[in-house]
Amino acid sequence: MGTAPLLRFDQETLSWDGTAVLEGLSFSVARGERLVLLGRSGSGKSTLLNAIRLKLEAARPAPRLALVPQDPGLVPQLSVFHNAWMGLLDDHSSAYGLRVLLRPPSRERARVAPMLERVGLAGLDRRRVASLSGGQKQRTALARALLRGGDALIADEPVSAVDPRQSGDLLDALAARFPTMVLALHDPARALAVGTRIVGLRAGRIVLDRPTAGLDAAELNRLYEI
Amino acid sequence: MARPRRLSAARVLAGFGLATLAALAFADLDLARPDPWLTLQRIGAGLLAPEFGDPAALGYAAALTVAFAVCGVFAGATAGFALSLAYGFAPVRWLCILIRSIHELFWALLLLGITGLGPLTGVLAIALPYAGIFAKVFAEYLAEADPAATRALPRRTPPLSRLLWSRLPLALPELGAYTLYRLECGLRSSAVLGFVGLPTLGYLLETDFRQAQYGAAAAAILVYLALILPIRYWMRLRLAPLWLMASLWLLARHPAPPMGDGALLRFLHDAVPAPIRAGDWAGLGPWLSRLIGDQALPGILSTLVLSQLALALAALIAVTGFPLIVRRVTGRAGALLGHLALVLARSIPDYMLAFVILQITGPSMIPAILALGLHNGAIIAHLMGRQGDALTPRLRSDAPRGVRLAAWELLPRLSGNFFALCLYRWEIIVRDSAILGLLGVATLGFHIDAAMQELRTDRAVLLLGVVALLTLGIDALSGWIRGRMRLSAPGMRKAEPETAEAA
Repeated sequence: MGTAPLLRFDQETLSWDGTAVLEGLSFSVARGERLVLLGRSGSGKSTLLNAIRLKLEAARPAPRLALVPQDPGLVPQLSVFHNAWMGLLDDHSSAYGLRVLLRPPSRERARVAPMLERVGLAGLDRRRVASLSGGQKQRTALARALLRGGDALIADEPVSAVDPRQSGDLLDALAARFPTMVLALHDPARALAVGTRIVGLRAGRIVLDRPTAGLDAAELNRLYEI
Repeated sequence: MARPRRLSAARVLAGFGLATLAALAFADLDLARPDPWLTLQRIGAGLLAPEFGDPAALGYAAALTVAFAVCGVFAGATAGFALSLAYGFAPVRWLCILIRSIHELFWALLLLGITGLGPLTGVLAIALPYAGIFAKVFAEYLAEADPAATRALPRRTPPLSRLLWSRLPLALPELGAYTLYRLECGLRSSAVLGFVGLPTLGYLLETDFRQAQYGAAAAAILVYLALILPIRYWMRLRLAPLWLMASLWLLARHPAPPMGDGALLRFLHDAVPAPIRAGDWAGLGPWLSRLIGDQALPGILSTLVLSQLALALAALIAVTGFPLIVRRVTGRAGALLGHLALVLARSIPDYMLAFVILQITGPSMIPAILALGLHNGAIIAHLMGRQGDALTPRLRSDAPRGVRLAAWELLPRLSGNFFALCLYRWEIIVRDSAILGLLGVATLGFHIDAAMQELRTDRAVLLLGVVALLTLGIDALSGWIRGRMRLSAPGMRKAEPETAEAA
């Protein structure tokens, strides 16, 4: 294929809070890949995701990134519409941002509506986020990422709080919107369904790095054994 | 580097005990009036039979008291919010520290020469120091807003959008609650501004007392209490625009004195030390040493003596007063009475309290000590009592009741908070000790008042600088002791606006 990698780690050590979490890391992400990180909590998934984000932000020209952090980072005092529209804040001046904050023009509402519908929040755009359930909050963060769009999505457990029966559909929506994705998930079946490549982490080391084709759930489940 | 050894509570207590004994040696504690009981009796009779002889005047003074408070606090909150955005910038921070280290009454005295005895003086006297306080507290609330939301914003989001879309909405409920709490403080400040001549309830109180009209004075106090005690019910953020419009309308109608042109320039000119104005640079040294030796140093000594005795009394009242509002100590009815006593003592401003006691005891340090000790002691007792009440359900089930519970179970658990609260109030007590000089005790405020009366603005400004430095010094010393005692004081700032005030 000959695609240039989007980013590359070469014998790097990643730390979190002053402690080395991942040591001697060599690893790259190609354009168009849907990379899924698997591993038990504390294995270094979030640290690696964060390092990938920093590397992409530092690249020149920087690709347009959308984020779904583990703590969705919503503002509970504002409406669902406003929280979703925040994904576009850097596309507009502060003055226009203030206008949308105080009195959203109907064309901005119309831009947000299909995204809310796609994540199953149709009609809730005027609700305050504080009044939503945990799953609805996570859907709001997904709508924010979908509205933002871009070259790549970085998401940390983006569907952990939604009903398992709908999580696959939501991941499909993300896959349709972003050419490149790096996701941390905890469900091997979902990882196999959405990913093109799977990276398994265990105690600060990469113990598995293979394309999805040819992997099965039993093999992935071993990552979670003690 | 090794951490310095922890400062034990016993040492701190011994140090403060010695300082209090030394202060007692310097204090003027003479009972000047031979018949305090007679005056007390007449005041008591006045309270039992208040005279609402001129309800229109009372009502107007009450309305103006509210109007000054509302306009002053909202102007201060608006300016403080703007300043809080630049609070990380050192010159802005220093400006805020400077304006809030000068008491509302001192601001009023200074402003009388610039804006005269009109509405603007009252509003600015509250707005200026409050802006400095709001800037500090708002900056802290904004900095403590949930960082996850700000991190989730696109990286190139303009800074103003970042503030308006994440930190501000996140902190808004706290900013609102703090502003509401400050409105209560503003009402106290506004009433006290009457003592320098602004037409609030304090003015009625002072004139009635001076003419020995105790019934009318009691009426003014009762109207003030009727405003401040139920303030939680009538001062709501939702109603704020209404109160603000009404206050602006009222103050705009109130006559403002003609000040002539250039009052501000004249003030600034007069604020330059006299020898410099005369071009006599050699005379500056003697002028300064005279001012410092004759007024600043004796004023500082007197301020420290008064504040030390007041702090000791406040600590005593806090320790003995906090069990009053703990239900497991005094019972349901007793706790209600305790609340009533403490709420009265902390709702009446210390300046007003000192003025009333002065009428009974005559001039000495006694009224100021009693007023500062009662007011601040009641505030500390209230905060400790509430913490104590929250503690009782978590005690073992066979814990004692009554006084033994307070002494053996609650006080030891609350002692850290007790020290922290006393140390926090120390700075406020020193600031207010300086201001009580306006009532005749020879603290720094006495000399500032005298300088203003003689139109020696240069002296007054220099002495105000001394007050500011003294307050900052005590604040630093208190912070150093708190650090050495390793007092973390759980929830000191974040828990509720009242603890923020204690901070």
